[in-house]
Amino acid sequence: MTSVVARRAHVPLPLVVGAAATAWLVAWLVNLPAAEWLAFTVLGLGRGSQLGDAVAFFLYDVPKVLLLLAGVVTLVSFIRSFVSPERVRLALARRGAVPGTVAAAGFGMVTPFCSCSAVPLFIGFVEAGVPLGVTFAFLVASPMVNEVALVLLWGLFGPGIALAYMAAGLGVAIVAGLVIGRLGLERHVEDYVWKIRAGSAIGELRPTLEERVHDAWRSTLDIVKRVFPFVVAGIAIGAAIHGFVPSELVVSLGGRDNPLAVPALVLLGVPLYSNAAGTIPIVEALLDKGLPLGSALAFMMAVTALSVPELVILRRVMKPSLIATFVAVVASGILLVGYGFNLLIS
Amino acid sequence: MRVVEVLGSGCAKCQYVERLVREVVNEAGIEADVRHVTDYAEIAARGVLATPGLAIDGLVVIAGRIPSREQVATWLGVV
Repeated sequence: MTSVVARRAHVPLPLVVGAAATAWLVAWLVNLPAAEWLAFTVLGLGRGSQLGDAVAFFLYDVPKVLLLLAGVVTLVSFIRSFVSPERVRLALARRGAVPGTVAAAGFGMVTPFCSCSAVPLFIGFVEAGVPLGVTFAFLVASPMVNEVALVLLWGLFGPGIALAYMAAGLGVAIVAGLVIGRLGLERHVEDYVWKIRAGSAIGELRPTLEERVHDAWRSTLDIVKRVFPFVVAGIAIGAAIHGFVPSELVVSLGGRDNPLAVPALVLLGVPLYSNAAGTIPIVEALLDKGLPLGSALAFMMAVTALSVPELVILRRVMKPSLIATFVAVVASGILLVGYGFNLLIS
Repeated sequence: MRVVEVLGSGCAKCQYVERLVREVVNEAGIEADVRHVTDYAEIAARGVLATPGLAIDGLVVIAGRIPSREQVATWLGVV
């Protein structure tokens, strides 16, 4: 029987971390010259020609994004090992509506969330006495505002847009949480949820430092592997948009003069199930072609915050009326962000 | 006989944990009843908020992380 886990030889931790950091730094420094050498010398494409520049851009951009992802995801995963959802829910159950909602959105930003955990997480929060609105703030912020999205936005557009996205995403999560909390929708949660008496006695052992580092590395490999095809496809589609879609088309369809552009982009974004990583390169190309910032952010938020598979999973704990309210409230928040940014930044 | 329960929704990570547990059990040659609990209500009732979780003889030992082979062996007392 082949083993699913290779047994590791024991190497001292500082040595492993130091070697990994050095390798990362070397790859980061070598990336640009290597991409140009490959495109212009090995492939013999003309420097300054359209194809040559596109290929060099692609060869530079893919490793750059992957390196950024690997570096930041490893760091954040390590920090995350100190913030478990069990502790978050204890912290949230003791707060009032407004501070609880704000804290939940903040925790959502740093806490891992996989749509397959959405249901036990929801039950666990609600059962521990976390108010419904606070729980929703967490569920909205978690997939939308995370380190992968922020790294990619920062790397491709700079800190301004990354911070704007973060603030807007947290704003949508907080407002959605407050509104849903005010609506008093507890009876639209499936009845069996209220009957569960969750145990909280987890005899979990605290992981050692080495386990935390090892876990961080493993989840980084996992995330990068999962995100990689999206990044490559996204950058390729982005490159195609760069080359072939005329700016006039993007501006006339998605520009400020078309008031329906923002809702149309949100509607387009919901059925698209992707993560931030796959969406951002496309958004980059569209921005480049003149799509206003608000419209681009709204599109990205719709893709990440509202997804059909997650709604299907949440159906197990929520009645359709609650799911519909959730979608309507979050979509309205995203629309406000879209129109707001389009008005403010022109 | 030990009772080992993998608490998970059937996601890839949960399947992996189940395989890992079965391997450790087979290699050590111990008697164990390995189950995969996929009922969300049951998972939440155990206090597990993030899958995959693992319970041994009814006690949750890890949640939201994939255990290492060494950890599983330690919990089963087969090291």
